Amino acid sequence: MAATNNPPLLEVRNLRVEFPTRRGTLLAVDDVSFEIAPGEVLGVVGESGAGKSLTGNAIIGLLEPPGRIAAGEVRLEGRRIDNLPYEEMRKVRGARIGAIFQDPLTSLNPLYSVGRQLVETIQTHLPLNAAAARKRALDLLKEVGIPGAEHRLDHYPHQFSGGMRQRVVIALALCAGPRLIVADEPTTALDVSIQAQIIALLKRLCREHGTAVMLVTHDMGVIAETADRVAVMYAGRVAEIGPVRDVIKNAQHPYTKGLMGSIPHLGERGGRLTQIDGSMPRLNAIPKGCAFNPRCTLRGQRCLVERPELMAAGASRAACWLHDSRGVGAPIGKETVDA
Amino acid sequence: MADWFRRAADSDIWWSFKSSPLTVVAAVATLLIILVSFLSPLIAPHTPFDPGSLNLSDGLKPPVFVSDEGDWTFPLGTDDQGRDILSSIMYGTRLSLVVGFASVIVAMVLGIALGLVSGYVGGAVDAVIMRIADVQLTFPAILVALLIDGIVRGLISVQRHDEIAIYVIVGAIGLSFWVQYARTVRGSVLVEKNKEYVQAARVIGLSPVLIMVRHVLPNVTGPVLVIATLNLGLAIISEATLSFLGVGLPSTQPSLGTLIRLGNEVLQSGDWWITVFPGATLAALVLAVNLLGDWLRDALNPKLR
Amino acid sequence: MPEFVQIDGLKRYFDVSAPWLVRKLEGRPRQIVQAVDGVDIAIAKGETFSLVGESGCGKSTVARLVVGLYPPSAGNIVFDGHDMVAGRGRATQSALRRRLQMIFQDPFASLNPRWRVFDIIAEPIRAFGLAKDKDDLRRQVDELLRQVRLTPADGVKFPHEFSGGQRQRISIARALASQPEFLVCDEPTSALDVSVQAQILNLMMDLQRRLQLTYLFISHNLAVVYHISTRVGVMYLGRLVEQAPTETLFRRPKHPYTRMLLDTIPDLEMTGRQRTPVAGEVPSPINPPSGCTFHPRCPFANERCKAERPRSLPVEGGLVACHAIEEGRIPIEDRTYAARSALSS
Repeated sequence: MAATNNPPLLEVRNLRVEFPTRRGTLLAVDDVSFEIAPGEVLGVVGESGAGKSLTGNAIIGLLEPPGRIAAGEVRLEGRRIDNLPYEEMRKVRGARIGAIFQDPLTSLNPLYSVGRQLVETIQTHLPLNAAAARKRALDLLKEVGIPGAEHRLDHYPHQFSGGMRQRVVIALALCAGPRLIVADEPTTALDVSIQAQIIALLKRLCREHGTAVMLVTHDMGVIAETADRVAVMYAGRVAEIGPVRDVIKNAQHPYTKGLMGSIPHLGERGGRLTQIDGSMPRLNAIPKGCAFNPRCTLRGQRCLVERPELMAAGASRAACWLHDSRGVGAPIGKETVDA
Repeated sequence: MADWFRRAADSDIWWSFKSSPLTVVAAVATLLIILVSFLSPLIAPHTPFDPGSLNLSDGLKPPVFVSDEGDWTFPLGTDDQGRDILSSIMYGTRLSLVVGFASVIVAMVLGIALGLVSGYVGGAVDAVIMRIADVQLTFPAILVALLIDGIVRGLISVQRHDEIAIYVIVGAIGLSFWVQYARTVRGSVLVEKNKEYVQAARVIGLSPVLIMVRHVLPNVTGPVLVIATLNLGLAIISEATLSFLGVGLPSTQPSLGTLIRLGNEVLQSGDWWITVFPGATLAALVLAVNLLGDWLRDALNPKLR
Repeated sequence: MPEFVQIDGLKRYFDVSAPWLVRKLEGRPRQIVQAVDGVDIAIAKGETFSLVGESGCGKSTVARLVVGLYPPSAGNIVFDGHDMVAGRGRATQSALRRRLQMIFQDPFASLNPRWRVFDIIAEPIRAFGLAKDKDDLRRQVDELLRQVRLTPADGVKFPHEFSGGQRQRISIARALASQPEFLVCDEPTSALDVSVQAQILNLMMDLQRRLQLTYLFISHNLAVVYHISTRVGVMYLGRLVEQAPTETLFRRPKHPYTRMLLDTIPDLEMTGRQRTPVAGEVPSPINPPSGCTFHPRCPFANERCKAERPRSLPVEGGLVACHAIEEGRIPIEDRTYAARSALSS
């Protein structure tokens, strides 16, 4: 873990993302802080509604209105990027940060050949002439493992299969040699065998170019194979963050433990899976104190009233009073109904 | 019932309505026009279509606010027969609205039925219905209405025609507008019928008719409602056009369109009020209805919200 | 003696050709997708038979054929001794339908958004006339809601007031409403988050034990399939390439495609095992490869594989359709899986 020695590539401090609605303002990302070191792969994992995708979108400046950054700051190589005007941010997004989304079709224009889209993106961000840009486009397609790249350059997005399209999107994200790639569920829409290919590709590219990756996904399997560190999100907050091995094998937050236990596992069969009763709270009904407390079997009185911040817990940091010297307070039984 | 009101007051659509002042104005205007016109037998100052109450000496009086010749008995003036324009407009609007609503209902029922069958059954039935729709779409709606009206006129006597003119025109406009409903409903049915809740109903073994009525129909009403509202304005305009051309409602039963036609005949002699006030009423009514339709379309479209 | 559910030579072709006029004008041929191309399955009472495969392999089509949403192009489905395809009369059909229900994948599309939960669950009871009167209907629906760990008070709500997991419970309650013996589950957890998936899988296993249900379980998630099934069938391009008892299939996989799928399971135990990325993608089912349809991606394919379609032959308690296995060209190896590290505290 290189994060401690080098200055961080990306620094997110106390980020809050709000959605003003007619029933009041919803806090979708609540005081989230983390860092990504150069060349590091940070996995951001959580269930739907945890705010992981919104965190990613806030960083690349693509929050959909009426969502907005309400507080906090995002720094890329020391420079604040959360308050840049749209055009400025667009340049940063192409040149310094690459973006990969779940559905490759949203990143590709169906009316232009992939070659043209690559060349245009390259020329927007790099001072290259047409021939040199085309050469780079070709190299990129080869690099992401598209067979017969020479003639595929003139093909249109619909002529590629899902897995090949995602490779093209990765090539597009790499055009200007970004320092950071924000990948939002890049393998979710793909079949398992293709998933493995795309993950292997992402890992190889990071290793070879020293590109850092913020990998947003709900799939613990993808995180386990790819990430160096992982942040587990729950109800808009970071519940636990730490080296991937420690978080997976020695989870410190009760939510992370439950999450790991609920994944079916090869090796034991037919028994009951660990289940976390209830479901993630809706944004308009986030409980006081620790957001996880109504589903937690280990909660105490303190969890109902006082919100835990991230604190040292084993090799990781967890937002849970269990790791505080004063503990969770007087114990209370779990009285959740399954709602 | 109380529960229903609570839910309605809390709904997104009510909120979207409240937060659009233009829509509120349009809704109030529409309601006002509907209310006034339907209460016209009670509140109109005169009964313009009762020949016994007319006095030719009252003919061609200008509105009170433009000339001293005006008379407060006829605030918006009179026509050449001595009919009060204000009362004529109130009665005429009622007729225009009745024709508009009725023809929209005819078009809607026909279009929904054909669209449901077309979408759910598919195959040859679908192909036949949709090709008929395509052919009809190549003619302007007003031409179709003219055609239907012409055929009916050819079949029955002139006197008889005046009696049933209102049904003919409702039928003619209704038939010329069904295509849009049918295509929209068919499109929605094609989407809905592959959804899993319809498959679940099929697994239980419900008959296609039951599935269409109980499951699919309630889920395609949104777009239909939008078209119906937007079509109401169009239908009123179509009726006015037909009446203006002299193939709509007869002058014994004047709608807004008929009034405009009658006024148009004497427009050259400077008696502008006979045509302008019905025209302004028509414009206001159609504008208000269309604003409501536009709002409804946006409010029901989750992508625009 | 046929099994509880016996599927023989099941085929389903879809015509995906352009409309007639377009075909004639542009000289295009008819295009037929062989979505299911000869599948044999026998499911014993009380067991969970799972079908796995990648998207487009035909597993969902098999599910829809079994519950009668599509008629098969060829083949037989026999349910408890009754032929489901050559059905005799509406009454018999209806009586059979009552005993066989389906749970769908998308909890947001499988419930009619305009209906209250009570009416959604009551629909099968009403359709099959299973309630004596209104009170009986209410009692049954309340009981069903409790069975899936919801409360009777939830009946007055609309589907959009529930989370994905709760909707899937409603979907399960509806499927159970006609007191079926056989449930076809089409990816029932793949739209859900993992912690909710665990709740639903636990619920399904509890219900199976309590109500002696038989499941046909469709999934692309091998870990889920391993957890819940007694037997597993692996599908590739409309055909079953291998079926075996779960332990046998996961411990001693035979077909090269099965082995490839097992290689793609993520390693959560961090043993350092890498997923082996497999070359190639699933070909189009419109023009499937000749012989064994897996041969273009198979590292062991030879001339025979390209030419001759392999038959399903019994091997170690399962059935495998592979020339290489039949000829003994590739060894069958044991696989081991690390035990789960101590997580629960």
